[in-house]
Amino acid sequence: MSVSVIINGESRTLPAALTVEGLLKELGIEGRKVAVERNLEIVPKSAFSATHVAEGDRLEIVHFIGGG
Amino acid sequence: MDGDQKLAEDFFEVAGQRFRSRLLVGTGKYKDFTETARAIEASGAEIVTVAVRRVNISDPSQPVLMDYVDPKKYTYLPNTAFCYTAEESVRTLRLAREAGGWKLVKLEVLGDQKTLYPNMIETLKAAEVLIKEGFDVMVYCSDDPIMCKRLEDLGCCAIMPLAAPIGSGLGVQNPVGIRLIVEQSKVPVLVDAGVGTASDAAIAMELGCDGVLMNTAIAAAKDPIRMARAMKLAVEAGRLAYLAGRMPRKLYADPSSPLAGLI
Repeated sequence: MSVSVIINGESRTLPAALTVEGLLKELGIEGRKVAVERNLEIVPKSAFSATHVAEGDRLEIVHFIGGG
Repeated sequence: MDGDQKLAEDFFEVAGQRFRSRLLVGTGKYKDFTETARAIEASGAEIVTVAVRRVNISDPSQPVLMDYVDPKKYTYLPNTAFCYTAEESVRTLRLAREAGGWKLVKLEVLGDQKTLYPNMIETLKAAEVLIKEGFDVMVYCSDDPIMCKRLEDLGCCAIMPLAAPIGSGLGVQNPVGIRLIVEQSKVPVLVDAGVGTASDAAIAMELGCDGVLMNTAIAAAKDPIRMARAMKLAVEAGRLAYLAGRMPRKLYADPSSPLAGLI
């Protein structure tokens, strides 16, 4: 069963129910360097493997870039 | 005690951490990450500001700042650039704390797109929430001593009034205001934004500021690496001049050679 979510403002259909850890792996993102927000709540790094991404979730995956 | 010795024993302390360099630099607007890294190295800065943005999920393999500017070597100071409300800036810094694990942050809530002047009402609101949540808040603010006092009373760990609008390069526009803020504050005061060239940084330091934060003045110079070094020296020179205590200003001349023994 597929799951539809919005990641960083883009609609994405994920193949199956993934954890946040699984999602980052699927996207090729190193979890160490990012922070994840799920439906406006921060997902602590320690909870990446226990938090499941659900239908309709709005996710933000952010990192540090150059700035002043 | 000579100048070098005086500088060697001089620390910049913020939120319980000690730093040797009083120059804080931004990491934006550079040609590429290599230039960013070289400019930071030349500036001698130990604290660098960074922005929090969405990861490009279509191409996450692109190079990232952390690969060039090692967060183990430099203290990352996440900012809230382009946040216009307290809510947005608090959300951004919560994410920053989770991404990096650091609680030292730079709060900046903007109020106007043309001037990038801070919205002090939203800044006060955000500072209160962040401090309650355990953040160490270095705050970009107006050069108004009353507002700066309010921010200090809330518990901000550094007060960072603008010298001039962000990216304008106009230098310290309100030296009296900056001096009043320096005199009243018990936490470090840094001039943040508006510095254009080395003399501007020196002026800020001669006014007694604890440090200077800049980005565009270095990144937009024709030779950013050389300007980074110029800024390092200017901040050191300004600090030494402040510690040395300048001579009083006089209206008329005072000869440097003695009159006695004149033929």
